[in-house]
Amino acid sequence: MQPLAISRYSIVNCLGAGSRAIADAMRDKRSGLAPCDFETVALDTFIGRVPGLEEARVRPDLGAYDCRNNRLAQIGIELDGFAGAVAQARDRYGAARIGVFLGTSTSGILETELAYRRRDPKTGALPPDYRYTQTHNTFSLADFVRRYLGLQGPAFVVSSACSSTAKVFGNAARMIAAGVCDAAVVGGVDTLCLTTLYGFYSLELTSRGPCRPFDAERDGLSIGEGAGFALLERVEARPEAGAMLLLGIGESCDAYHMSTPHPEGLGALSAMRRALETANLAPADIDYVNLHGTATRTNDAAEDRSVWEMFGSGTPCSSTKGATGHLLGAAGITEIIISILAIEHGLMPGSAHTRRIDPAMKCNYQIEPRNARVKRVLSNSFGFGGSNCSIVLGAAG
Amino acid sequence: MLAFVEGVGLAGPGLRGWQASRAIFAGKQAYSRAPTAVAASELLPAAERRRAGVPVKLALAAGQEALATAGGDAATTATVFASSSGDCDNLHYILEALDTAERQISPTRFHNSVHNAAAGYWSIATQCRAPSTSLCCHDASFAAGLLEAVSQVAVAGTPVALIAYDHPYPEPLNTVRPIHGDFGMALALAPQATERAVAALDVSFMPREMEASRTADPGLERLRTGVPAARCLPLLAALARGSRETVILEYVAGTHLRVAVTPCS
Repeated sequence: MQPLAISRYSIVNCLGAGSRAIADAMRDKRSGLAPCDFETVALDTFIGRVPGLEEARVRPDLGAYDCRNNRLAQIGIELDGFAGAVAQARDRYGAARIGVFLGTSTSGILETELAYRRRDPKTGALPPDYRYTQTHNTFSLADFVRRYLGLQGPAFVVSSACSSTAKVFGNAARMIAAGVCDAAVVGGVDTLCLTTLYGFYSLELTSRGPCRPFDAERDGLSIGEGAGFALLERVEARPEAGAMLLLGIGESCDAYHMSTPHPEGLGALSAMRRALETANLAPADIDYVNLHGTATRTNDAAEDRSVWEMFGSGTPCSSTKGATGHLLGAAGITEIIISILAIEHGLMPGSAHTRRIDPAMKCNYQIEPRNARVKRVLSNSFGFGGSNCSIVLGAAG
Repeated sequence: MLAFVEGVGLAGPGLRGWQASRAIFAGKQAYSRAPTAVAASELLPAAERRRAGVPVKLALAAGQEALATAGGDAATTATVFASSSGDCDNLHYILEALDTAERQISPTRFHNSVHNAAAGYWSIATQCRAPSTSLCCHDASFAAGLLEAVSQVAVAGTPVALIAYDHPYPEPLNTVRPIHGDFGMALALAPQATERAVAALDVSFMPREMEASRTADPGLERLRTGVPAARCLPLLAALARGSRETVILEYVAGTHLRVAVTPCS
């Protein structure tokens, strides 16, 4: 594929707001996970919560869209100079030439969960102030962001569970290659809600403590929330040295089970292979692999197998979910931006909360952060329904 | 962007498959509404067949019909799934459970709640590991799916199956988001004109107000406006008539898609 320039990005999650805060947390191997204190949830688990969302509100002219998910979207857009960069791109290309392709898994479903508690005791009707289209519907996020940024190009939401915000890079790359738009806002948001907390608990996939990816005693994931956005544009004829590029993308399905990964990681392997092929790179060209690494028994075992098969036991790799938690639909963009920060700061992230690597693992798993030259990274995101996506990123020059 | 239609699949109220419905769209047979008849795919393993909700059945039935007509290989064809809301019965069950003291959700209900559940079941049924995406664009979900599918065909140069489906919410959500019927459709799209090609679709994004195409039959028009996935009906009607036509589909906030349909003889 033709590489695309990632000309601006922004990020927010339980580690902090803005790329500086996230980069510092990676260097210090800090974790933002804490015992679950969300809403009325009574589960013995840890979460990665963004403080202050209960008090936040979206811009008044878009007040109908106010919900936890869109509040976090707005916070993300306003960080790292992202909104300003999009405004400049809008002046350059025209509002109708910039697409908005975002991912989320649960959108503003929390609003509906709360509205169900307020159903009319006689009729069962939802309260009159409940707004389905602007909050719950999966498209709400892209609708909100498109209006917030004043864009008029093509838009939709990809919702393929935990691969959503990685896959949107593929949608944007195709739309730009096909000439439908000149630039695209990609990324997305997922926020805490009862459906995912109680849902993962029902599957016995939530950890009782902070999650410990690739640890011998790992016992499940910690759910978090976060937002991340990236502005994608065509690469200039001679990009500046160090300019950040999307080099490749691979998408695949497991065709195995709705909530359990293929035990041999066949779908994951196929996504990584396609990502390297589209980037025209060999496994040896990758300096660091940011794993999906959810800290469930099955994900980490299957991913280790597929990454070892692809890269052998030399390429350093780690999961950053011990720091952020599993941001579900927002995991892809979050870890893509963490990978960009790894390249920009020359720092391979470690693995917060991982104590002893499972001796069955064969990959070169990094517990401690390490200063090193990182030129190219592969980032994995896998989701329910067997949806896999791998992204290759690199610096120009 | 150009793509060639090689097969169509359909399951809707009074529309029992594409082959059986072509005469209705061509205006040669009256449309009469009847509940959508759809069974779980025989291709699913027994456990998955039991767990599959109505939206999965709609998606798989339409997808299988389109690929069977096209003679396409489901195991290697990339897919684009488009739906306004996924499995609405399943979601209602979860929301009700979360409003009880116990808050016990069935694990199967939870994994069926993801928007890409139909894509997951499809890949298990067809043993397909090719790329697949699952989109939502509220009322314009079909248009978004068509734009994405055709861009994949044009850029990757590979066949793509577009599968769009929608299914009503139970109350109380039905009142705030009414969807009037179960509807699933699929298009098997190819990058080149082969002997199987029915028509060429030239799809353009139009960032301006236009008048969206309608269907002539009042019953079909009610279906078109009543179910997001059924916004495809003017395109299906053009394909059934086998004539050269331009179909305008409403897309997001005042934008449209122009679809120039050229029959392949």
